[in-house]
Amino acid sequence: MAEYVALLADVGLKHYLVVSGILFALGIYIVLTRRNAISILLGVELILNSAGLNYVAFSHFSTGQVDGQIYTVFIIMLAASEAAIGLAIVLAIYQLFSTIDVEATETLKD
Amino acid sequence: MDHPVQTDFLRWIVLFPLLGAAVNGLLGARIQEQWGKRAVAFIACAPVTLSFLFSLWAFGRLLGLPAKERFLIDAFYTWIPMGSFSVDVAFWVDPLSAIMILVVSGIGGLIHFYSIGYMHEDRSLWRYFAYLNLFTFSMLLLVTGDNLLLMFVGWEGVGLCSWALIGFWYNDHTNTRAGNKAFIVNRIGDFGFVLGIFLLYWTLAGQGQGTLAFREIQEHVGLLAGMQLWGIGVATLVTFLLFIGATGKSAQIPLYVWLPDAMQGPTPVSALIHAATMVTAGVYMIARLNELFSAAPATLGLIAVIGAATALFAATIAVTQNDIKRVLAYSTISQLGYMFLAMGVGAYTAGVFHLLTHAFFKACLFLGSGSIIHAMQGEQDMRRMGGLRTAMPATFWTFTIGVLAIAGTPFLAGFFSKDAILWQAWASHNEVLWGVAVFVAGLTAFYMFRQFFMVFFGECRADHHVRDHLHESPKIMTYPLWILAAGSVVVGYIGLPPFMGANLLDGWLDPVIHLPHGEHHSVAEEVGVMSVSIAAAAGGVAIAYFLYFLRTPSRDDSPEAKGVAYRVLYNKYYVDEVYQFVFVGGTLLLARIGAAFDRYIIDTIVDGSAKLTTIISWFNGLFDNYVVDMLVNAVANVTFAVGNNFRRVQTGNINSYLYVVVGAVVVALIVKLRYWS
Repeated sequence: MAEYVALLADVGLKHYLVVSGILFALGIYIVLTRRNAISILLGVELILNSAGLNYVAFSHFSTGQVDGQIYTVFIIMLAASEAAIGLAIVLAIYQLFSTIDVEATETLKD
Repeated sequence: MDHPVQTDFLRWIVLFPLLGAAVNGLLGARIQEQWGKRAVAFIACAPVTLSFLFSLWAFGRLLGLPAKERFLIDAFYTWIPMGSFSVDVAFWVDPLSAIMILVVSGIGGLIHFYSIGYMHEDRSLWRYFAYLNLFTFSMLLLVTGDNLLLMFVGWEGVGLCSWALIGFWYNDHTNTRAGNKAFIVNRIGDFGFVLGIFLLYWTLAGQGQGTLAFREIQEHVGLLAGMQLWGIGVATLVTFLLFIGATGKSAQIPLYVWLPDAMQGPTPVSALIHAATMVTAGVYMIARLNELFSAAPATLGLIAVIGAATALFAATIAVTQNDIKRVLAYSTISQLGYMFLAMGVGAYTAGVFHLLTHAFFKACLFLGSGSIIHAMQGEQDMRRMGGLRTAMPATFWTFTIGVLAIAGTPFLAGFFSKDAILWQAWASHNEVLWGVAVFVAGLTAFYMFRQFFMVFFGECRADHHVRDHLHESPKIMTYPLWILAAGSVVVGYIGLPPFMGANLLDGWLDPVIHLPHGEHHSVAEEVGVMSVSIAAAAGGVAIAYFLYFLRTPSRDDSPEAKGVAYRVLYNKYYVDEVYQFVFVGGTLLLARIGAAFDRYIIDTIVDGSAKLTTIISWFNGLFDNYVVDMLVNAVANVTFAVGNNFRRVQTGNINSYLYVVVGAVVVALIVKLRYWS
């Protein structure tokens, strides 16, 4: 147990950034590859969370202040509202096209 | 003179007729329709009557003042205040203008009343009376204006009304032409008049005394002495230019030609404007500015010669005319010549005296002729008259008095005034002019009695239907005739020759007109000179008696059958033809040259410039079509091609957009990290 605690003490900025980078990459991957609109929204959530993690990590390790945390709260709030709006759009798309496959909804080009 | 009496009623003398003219001119047609011609006539006659009463009032005020202070002024308002130049609308009445306002409003009033009868059948009576009132206003303005400019306003106003009234029956082209002729000929004179005013003001202003008011001009006449312009005395030049104006308005050689044609107007108009008042404006103007004219002996000499020449010239023409009104018209010109002769020899009071008496007997004669024309249903040819004395007794008797007065029958008005002029011509040692004037007196008697015999004696040569309807004119026409006839008898007694008693007129005008003290002449000389003129008149009457009373003129007397001299006189010395050829033809020729210049030179230039513009425009068009349009089209084409190619980028597929976004971010990061930091 104690060794784990010591291990935890060794956790620095880099580790957070790696986790955040993995999250961001996963998010980008989902957003680019998935054809389901809801999956794309989930990807976006991942990207936002990776950004939030970055904020907190930088804030903790560089300045020691709480401004990073405050930004993160904003981002969470933003993600919530974004999800609400995004889902509403997805609902509307479904009513219009009877599918939420983004490959099928190409009318924006007109 | 130095202390004019301020009043505020003189303006009404002038303004009443203007009021009448305004009401009749603006509302007359409706008034005539609604309340009839009587209302129109009332609106016209009432103001003139009021003017006459106010004139009498002014005359009474003058009488109540000591002789040297007889001078009323009514400063209405300042018309043109402009630095040192200031012109007032001010009316003044002094002994001279008092006579004039009495004549204008008195005789003018009588003629207004006469017109009610003469014009009663005319449809546009309101128009006639509006003009007549406007004329009275202008004439009163002319004589009461206290400065040259105000006089000039009246001077132009009477000319305008004269034009309107000569061409009153405008349906006949001859009438409008006669009106235009009068107006245009008058314009020539007016041009001289206005130049005279300018020169006078300019000269006085150069001396620091710029003014147009008559009494100040009289005070400063001395300043003009010795001043020269182009080698001529300024006084001579000014008076000469003013006299040109007078020759136009008062029908003297060479501008007399309009007056005979002016007879185309209604006869009361001829009586008022072309005999009694307007044509005497020139005489009045000279009398008004007598001190100025006295300072220019050269002009006075010219005036005397022109006056005598006009008197002779017009009288000889009158001898052969067959139109009843034309005889009177030439007679008027001739009598005006007498007045100018008087002015020219410096006998201003004699000229004014003749003006006054002439106004009475000539108005009487004209109105009498109007009464005859009225009875003859418009016939004016004396060869078709004759024997009218039984049919028209009132007209006959008044006409008789008028004829006797103008012919110089002793103890009637014309005798005294004509004799005053003849005597002054003789006394100022102008024997030649005197001789001419005496000869003209004989001619006057001859042509007036010729007319008298042709119209009233012998048998009636009129057409049947005219003869059957001969009638005396209504009372509204004969009463003015009687009043004027009475005037033709008594007015002469205000200017008796020295040996017969006191000359009231000389005394009355003495404060205004400064006569040089003449040398003493014996009574025998005066009586002798007078006898000569009586003899000349008697001779004229006798010849007329033999030629036109004993020998009844034929209805178809043709001037062509007479001798050359007769034809020349009958055709008025062909002056109208000469004027037509030289001036009208010259003007037309000038106009034609101008038209040719316009057509061939100006038009060519204009057309050429138009053609040039077309060619330039054609090149312009080419440039537009091929250069400018090409550039614009090129821009449009490029934009279209770019857009057309880029539209493929917008697929509508969200994934592809996202690929682009991520790719762009990656590229931006690479660029930033690799090349920018």
